Amino acid sequence: MGLSGPLSATELAAAASSAAAARSRRFEPRRLLAPLSVLVLAGLWAATAWLLDSPRLFPSPALVLEAILREFRAGELLIHLGWTLMRVAVAFLLAMAIGAAIGIAMGRMALIDDFGRPWLLFFLNLPALVTIVLCYIWLGLGEVAAVVAVAINKIPNVAVTLREGAKALDQALFEMAQVFAVPKRLVLEHIVLPQLAPYFLAAARSGLALVWKIVLVVELLGRPNGVGFQIHSAFQLFDVATVLAYALAFMAVVQLIEWAGFQPLARRLERWRR
Amino acid sequence: MAALSVVVVRKRFPAVGAAPEKLVLHDLRFRVAAGETVAVLGPSGCGKTTLLNLIAGLDREFEGRIERPAGRLAFVFQEPRLLPWRTVEDNLRFVLDGVPDASARIRTALGEVELPEVGPVYASRLSLGMARRVALARALVVRPSLLLLDEPFVSLDQPTAWRLRLLLLELLARHRTTTLIVTHEPREAVMLADRILLLSAAPARLRAELAVPLSFDERREQARIEAVARALLPDLREPIAAEAA
Ligand SMILES: Nc1ncnc2c1ncn2[C@@H]1O[C@H](COP(=O)(O)OP(=O)(O)O)[C@@H](O)[C@H]1O
Ligand SMILES: [Mg+2]
Repeated sequence: MGLSGPLSATELAAAASSAAAARSRRFEPRRLLAPLSVLVLAGLWAATAWLLDSPRLFPSPALVLEAILREFRAGELLIHLGWTLMRVAVAFLLAMAIGAAIGIAMGRMALIDDFGRPWLLFFLNLPALVTIVLCYIWLGLGEVAAVVAVAINKIPNVAVTLREGAKALDQALFEMAQVFAVPKRLVLEHIVLPQLAPYFLAAARSGLALVWKIVLVVELLGRPNGVGFQIHSAFQLFDVATVLAYALAFMAVVQLIEWAGFQPLARRLERWRR
Repeated sequence: MAALSVVVVRKRFPAVGAAPEKLVLHDLRFRVAAGETVAVLGPSGCGKTTLLNLIAGLDREFEGRIERPAGRLAFVFQEPRLLPWRTVEDNLRFVLDGVPDASARIRTALGEVELPEVGPVYASRLSLGMARRVALARALVVRPSLLLLDEPFVSLDQPTAWRLRLLLLELLARHRTTTLIVTHEPREAVMLADRILLLSAAPARLRAELAVPLSFDERREQARIEAVARALLPDLREPIAAEAA
């Protein structure tokens, strides 16, 4: 450590910011690998389609793109994407809120942890399909049943993740806050949430990936719209191009959420680390 | 006029698994006057941190009675215990809820520990020496009626530790805060304290109570500190010589 504290501190801050700038400015050939791998995949797909020469059962990328454009022009694509996205959003928020509450309670209180563990195990191992069928039977073939079924599938995963986060909360910092008589709301804002944030983010990322896949199944089994419903209709016509069109379109939406939502958020949350 | 009054009849940790019940503090009584700096000196593991936790109210499981002065308490822990995900300034603001002139007080406190420019730096980016100074600033910024310090300069290199002790010496003289500092380092106790409470190994009892006959200026000379330490604590001659070497 340098003997002149102020100097070393400013040096440190300057070093940190210039390093970050250099990282974003420098050209790295490795960055080309990801786009390259996407191109290779598309190429393999196109080559296989050409070899098989069966456009109905194994359409080329061009045909799928055509199907996407056709559905878009017909106004179908956005409507069904919209329905699915809405169900994903509601189920996701429901699962995050309830799962986090359960997980944090279990992580902080040993009695609730011991009591809740068998339940958690039960719901973790309950097949998604069973939850969906039972929800439709008990709650009727409606929107509520669809969203509840998806949320129930995700809640245990969120709870497990947040339980770990709550268990890992640093006791020493709570003691510090207690000694300095810091009010509870500040403890929540400055001690609890910053430590839980990475766990929330992890649960949200894996949650989105799981939830949208289950939503498609729910739609396939009992909804008159949405990506899952469209895939089901196309399946009955053996229209593979349309199946892939809807799947790819929704995958693109999910990836967009990752890029525009989760990644910037993760960077923001990590800023304080060395 | 005692600001702090401590009576610990017994403090024990219950048996856990194979570990037997452990009596850590036994029949420990002392007072600290307002404005006085008292050092509790004892070997590692004798129960010093345990004692501070009792005084701070973090541990209420003991037989005895502790009276703290009215007003705010400040604690400089053995580790800095800053919020790494907040800036230095926000770390200080964290303990100043509802204080109207918080910003000015933060500026003054950071200036006092000679870190006037680190306000906007994340606490995670500080070296240990800087983090310890920020922890000290966080303690002083609340203008405590009682300041507790738990080996605040442990695991620093000697020149840095010496510099920080000088800094603390000045700040304690300036603010006249009632202070209890816990240490296993005899020279640190002699340098900073008006009075030293010498503890035995666990279960810690009061072995001796020693007044330190040094003026403020004398406390800034290593040779004077050394001489007084040897005179006051003859049975600690070896460890002191060893550490000086
Ligand atoms: N929570 C605890 N449970 C059981 N034993 C403890 C606990 N905390 C401290 N001890 C024991 O009490 C003794 C005193 O510890 P401590 O107060 O940390 O010592 P010091 O700060 O003087 O080095 C040690 O032997 C330690 O092992
Ligand atoms: Mg200790």
